[in-house]
Amino acid sequence: MKENKKTYWKGLEQLSNDAEFVKHADKEFAELPTVLNEEGSASRRDFLKVMGFSLAAATLAACEAPVRKAIPYVNKPVDINPSIPNYYASSYSAGGDYASIVVKTREGRPIKIDGNELSPINGGGTSAIMQAAVLSLYDKERLASPMVGGAKSDWKTVDEQVKSKLASAGSIKIVTNTILSPSTERAIQDFATALGTVEVITYDPRSNYGIAKAAEATYGQAMIPDYRFDKAKVIVSFGADFLGTWISPTEYSEGYTANRKVTKEKPEMSRHYQFESNLSLAGANADYRTPIKASQSGLAVLALYNAIAKKAGAPTLSAPAVEIAHLEQAANDLWAAKELGLVVSGSNDPNVQMGINAINDLLGANGSTVDFSNPVYYRKGDDARMNQFITELKGGQVGAAIFYNCNPVYDHPRGAEIAEGIAKAKVSIATNGTLDETASLVQIVAPDHHFLESWNDFNPKKGQYSLAQPTISPLFDTRQAQDSFLTWAGNTTSYYDYLQANWTEAFFPAYGAEAASFQEFWDGALYKGVIGTTAPAVGVPAIADTSASAAEVAKSYKADNAGSELVIYTKIGMGDGTFANNPWLQEMSDPITKATWDNYLTVSQKWANDNGVTMVEEHTKKAQLTVNGKTLVVPILVQPGQANGTFGLAIGYGRTHAGRAGNGVGVNAYNLLDVSKGFVQTDLIAGVEVAVTGDSYKIARTQTHQTFMGRENVIQETTLGEYKKDASAGRYKPEIYKDGEFVKPSKISLWGGHKYSQHHWGLAVDMSSCTGCGACTIACQVENNVAVVGKQEVLNRREMAWIRIDRYYSSDAPADDLAGMEIAAENPEVTFQPMMCQQCNNAPCETVCPVAATTHSSEGLNQMTYNRCIGTRYCANNCPYKVRRFNWFKYHDNKDFAVANMAQNDDLGKMVLNPDVTVRARGVMEKCSMCVQRIQAGKLEAKREMRKVKDGDINVACAQACPGGGLVFGDLNDPESRVSKLLKIEESDAAAKEVGEERAYHVLEEINVSPNVWYFTKIRNKEKNEA
Amino acid sequence: MGKNEVASRLSAPVFMFEKLGSDSTFAGVKENLKNYLISKNMLSKRSLVGIRLSFQTLAVLLFMLIGVSAYAADPAVASSDEAIAAGKTVFNANCKQCHKLDQKSVGPALRGATDRQSADKVKSFIKNSTAVIASGDAYAVALFKEYNLQMPSHEFLSDDDLNNLLSYIEHGDKVDPAAAAAVTAGGEAGAATGGGIPSEYLTVILGVLVLVLVLILVVLGLIISVLTKYINKQDLPEDDKEFVSQKTDYGKIFKSDGFIIVVTALVIALVAKTALDGLYSVGVQQGYAPAQPIAFSHALHAGDKEIACQYCHTGVEIGRSANIPSPNICMNCHTHIQNVGGKEGVSPEIAKIYAAVENNQPIEWVRVHNLPDLAYFNHSQHVAVGGIECQTCHGPIQEMEVVKQHSALTMGWCIDCHRQTEIATEGNAYYDKLVQLHSDSKDALKVKDIGGLECAKCHY
Repeated sequence: MKENKKTYWKGLEQLSNDAEFVKHADKEFAELPTVLNEEGSASRRDFLKVMGFSLAAATLAACEAPVRKAIPYVNKPVDINPSIPNYYASSYSAGGDYASIVVKTREGRPIKIDGNELSPINGGGTSAIMQAAVLSLYDKERLASPMVGGAKSDWKTVDEQVKSKLASAGSIKIVTNTILSPSTERAIQDFATALGTVEVITYDPRSNYGIAKAAEATYGQAMIPDYRFDKAKVIVSFGADFLGTWISPTEYSEGYTANRKVTKEKPEMSRHYQFESNLSLAGANADYRTPIKASQSGLAVLALYNAIAKKAGAPTLSAPAVEIAHLEQAANDLWAAKELGLVVSGSNDPNVQMGINAINDLLGANGSTVDFSNPVYYRKGDDARMNQFITELKGGQVGAAIFYNCNPVYDHPRGAEIAEGIAKAKVSIATNGTLDETASLVQIVAPDHHFLESWNDFNPKKGQYSLAQPTISPLFDTRQAQDSFLTWAGNTTSYYDYLQANWTEAFFPAYGAEAASFQEFWDGALYKGVIGTTAPAVGVPAIADTSASAAEVAKSYKADNAGSELVIYTKIGMGDGTFANNPWLQEMSDPITKATWDNYLTVSQKWANDNGVTMVEEHTKKAQLTVNGKTLVVPILVQPGQANGTFGLAIGYGRTHAGRAGNGVGVNAYNLLDVSKGFVQTDLIAGVEVAVTGDSYKIARTQTHQTFMGRENVIQETTLGEYKKDASAGRYKPEIYKDGEFVKPSKISLWGGHKYSQHHWGLAVDMSSCTGCGACTIACQVENNVAVVGKQEVLNRREMAWIRIDRYYSSDAPADDLAGMEIAAENPEVTFQPMMCQQCNNAPCETVCPVAATTHSSEGLNQMTYNRCIGTRYCANNCPYKVRRFNWFKYHDNKDFAVANMAQNDDLGKMVLNPDVTVRARGVMEKCSMCVQRIQAGKLEAKREMRKVKDGDINVACAQACPGGGLVFGDLNDPESRVSKLLKIEESDAAAKEVGEERAYHVLEEINVSPNVWYFTKIRNKEKNEA
Repeated sequence: MGKNEVASRLSAPVFMFEKLGSDSTFAGVKENLKNYLISKNMLSKRSLVGIRLSFQTLAVLLFMLIGVSAYAADPAVASSDEAIAAGKTVFNANCKQCHKLDQKSVGPALRGATDRQSADKVKSFIKNSTAVIASGDAYAVALFKEYNLQMPSHEFLSDDDLNNLLSYIEHGDKVDPAAAAAVTAGGEAGAATGGGIPSEYLTVILGVLVLVLVLILVVLGLIISVLTKYINKQDLPEDDKEFVSQKTDYGKIFKSDGFIIVVTALVIALVAKTALDGLYSVGVQQGYAPAQPIAFSHALHAGDKEIACQYCHTGVEIGRSANIPSPNICMNCHTHIQNVGGKEGVSPEIAKIYAAVENNQPIEWVRVHNLPDLAYFNHSQHVAVGGIECQTCHGPIQEMEVVKQHSALTMGWCIDCHRQTEIATEGNAYYDKLVQLHSDSKDALKVKDIGGLECAKCHY
């Protein structure tokens, strides 16, 4: 590790050793104003007054304790027992993402969403957005009743009006995002049949129309194949962020990480090349990443094709030469892997995707890692038809426009024109659950239930089905949209009956062979949440060659574009902006930029140097971005790894009708997307101008809030080749001089050492499996009632996250001056390290607490007792990992945090809180408890059943959410537990266990705090150690 | 969690918001309770009637030795001990609320039923009395007229259950009045003789002692005054006279520094003690007995009627909260029992349950036992795992007309108990390793020994 002489840096300010940064770096608590606003300011005198008053108040209050009520059900449902959670299998489908999920409810309230392990698609994995979606159920800005003409109405009026208006409307268009539900499609079809001239227009805010269109040209059918990252040995991605936001990232992450787990028995892993403009999550995980301009991407695909075609003896395509690092190497590896190679592209240009098809065909990957015989249905949008529809709508040719849970006014590039056109339609209806940008413009809003209140079915992939069931009674006077369509079609069946009837007809004969009756089949499907079979992959023969499309690509892409280019991307925490009103997601720190509560223009270090922009911590400048005449003013974020000459901007922000938390956060990048070629183009390679304005701005980033002061052994990494030679490659093994010899730090201790007679809880974190997706951070927030503090408090360095993902850049380039920094920042390697309380056996925090509020348990946990804490903050000061968080304010029931901390302030929002975890008061410390509430519950269950705790009975929220299996929790005293086997632990009841796994290490081992969290070295599949 | 295990953690796919018919709920609750009681066979373990039952058992044994039968039962009804024991469980779970064996209660006395009617007829009546009455069976119609009540159906009882039940009805818990009286009398006498001096005598003895001491004081005072008078009459030297006639200067004592210091210190100590006690009792509601919206009597239900606690507090062995019963549990019995003490009409208190059910309006009980939010307490840990009796914390609940908070519910109180309580490790594989490691110690394995005093066991 030391030998490879890499420099690790958390942010550019650390790399450049900025004076301002260095000044703050060693301060645990930045000295910043503690006040929130003018009215909130407090002087010493105020403090004394308040103290005096509260003493009196407390004395008075103590005279009579408040009367508390215990109100039982009138008729207790058989399945609901207070304090005992129920779990329901259901499905998640929103914002373009799909997953089969298990919903945990308490007293009839859904409080947690996790992946359904029975699902062949996402397994037990989830994404951050899925984890956070439960809060949107308790959003008090959801519509509480139907609306007619902007005023509250009732369903009878709505139905009467809709029926009479639609009867005379003429052409009816239903606008929707991709519908995955076969029964919903059928209900809409029934509606169309009943009303005559109805057309369904599907579009996707995050379009993959190009892939479908290319498949239509190459294979004769518009479809998106099933990409099998689990099978691929060599992966080449051109700008497809398949680990973050591309098509089905949770599914792909599971498959991808399965091939990245290296053990001594199986020292193999896939190799991943990424060619992209913005630094994406997939790029951050790639073994070889090459920043390229968006204008080169089409040519890069052709160049790769030609390189492989030469090896395969196939005719090459004529294309302008383009110089791209690692492309030749990628071609060699792909050709060696043949059908186990996989090439994907994030481009929405059908011509580029045809090139991708050609490469996969050459490799024989078609029918292996690219499965067109089992297509996925996540994206069915037709960009061209949508474009045409907007023109019709604007021209007043549409009689009735029905928006089925979609928001094109916001999330379509021609949103403004749709807004204009809605006024021209005779009838306009929306089923959206909130009064968003589109729903606020229509005549009638018939709000749909939240997905956690609805029945539905899903068909995400050929042969795979899942069900969604309600986990709570509808909170508001809403109605399931399918019921609305059925009602308007004159069908009186409820959607639940309709769904069952459809399943009786469509799926029972095919999948119900083992069930005695339909009821048994239905119950079984509902219990498991999923049914289906997947046929083996079969290659689909190509019916067209790529020469025509290649010629198009050669025409429209340039090898050397001098102008600025803008690449619009999606942030993993915000997605397409559907959940912009979710404060958990707004405050989720982006895996790459570590920014919260904003979108921004990512620029390269070279551009920043050229334009005199320096970014120190939160301080930055704004830029004026002009794209084809449209102008936005956005803050600048200097992003290492950004391709020179390109800029990045995320969609999902700039909402105007999202709700209190989401309105006015960032700018709307959808407006800039280009639809002139008939498809939604996210790569804008012409007409982009960026000029720095004089305005200063602050971006709230969590990145530089804590630093390890250059202790480089925090990240320990190696390459696959080195690992094969020596399993402990990359390990830093500190030794300390004692009594004439050098010994391991663990041999020298002031402490006697704990004994753990029953359990010893521990966690293993595999940095090779961690993609940095951040699902764990939101899972932790939901499980442990962690407060959201808002942008200003993040700027004040007071975010409350119990688990953070530290993102380190590394490079072997010097950073002594601006030019050197430019080189270092051009294309750094990225490592993600989840960091939570390390539950030290020799915990430095415990020894300094003056009131013993933080103590050690007999099961290896470092306990934090809030009711004993007096807030001296000595513990946080003494924590080498900086994982302790202080409650600077009362975040619950406080109007100053009502918007940001939605889950702890209004009655509705509080329904999401986990009743087994205390909501912390002002002035106390808090930190990761290793989900002690789950440990206690698991132990109790075992005791009640008079047995030992089995491995897997208890899991921590972060590990449960992780799609890549990067976190493994268990009992280190149990030789049969997965974590013990992973770490190869020798059985003992001592606190400091002897670990046999050579990859496993402790962060900051030399200080011998003896953590119960172990990290596995990051392994990259590289030829040699190079940055 | 393995892929297969997840299935077992998912709940059954019942659409939870479907309103269940009251019948099905009723049957369901009983069924559950029955299964639960049979499977765990724990009724006697924590029954409030444990002690009394032992007297009854004694009586039964006595009775069996004598071998006298007051009733001639259908010979088809088995009299084996197993059948009787199983039948008793069925009886306690289903019949006890309304029936006694040898006395009329809400319904008729049951013993001799198979003598009066054929066993099969009795069984069909138990299963579905409404049908039997409707069929026009003369005996059944007469019963219905006499009691003017219909017994709920028990279709869920299996034939074995019914056979066992009849065995219990005919042969179980027979009490020979004379022997029972003798046993009771003997028991009381034993209680009176053993166990040292009863507390009421202690008070009397103390009173007498105080009286005697006061008398002695008075007598001593009298003696002093007599002696002083006598000495004054004598001719004494001046010194002695002065000594005899000297008076104590109380004023001087009161004004002395020593006195002031001592008194001030005492007063301060007293005030401090009162203040500290007051502060320690802030938030402690020991003895709190608020009036409830319905004058529900635990003394009647748990004491007199001997209904097991778990019958109503369904969560006590499975979860964190014991559960305040919802009216559908009340209605299991109060569909039939409309008044107390055999009075006519509907009791105004019971009418409140009917009102709650009819208006779909939950009953707002006042919470008696309040723990602060920062403390986590789980009933099942203590009751199901620890085997602690309800009364240990809740006091003699079977004697309470109005529930009152018996214990302080302070952290000190919890911790004291954790220091002293032994763990019920027997048969529980979870504790095996801990027991093994503790085997060297001569003290029993207590809660404190396995981390029962650690913060994060209750605070998180």
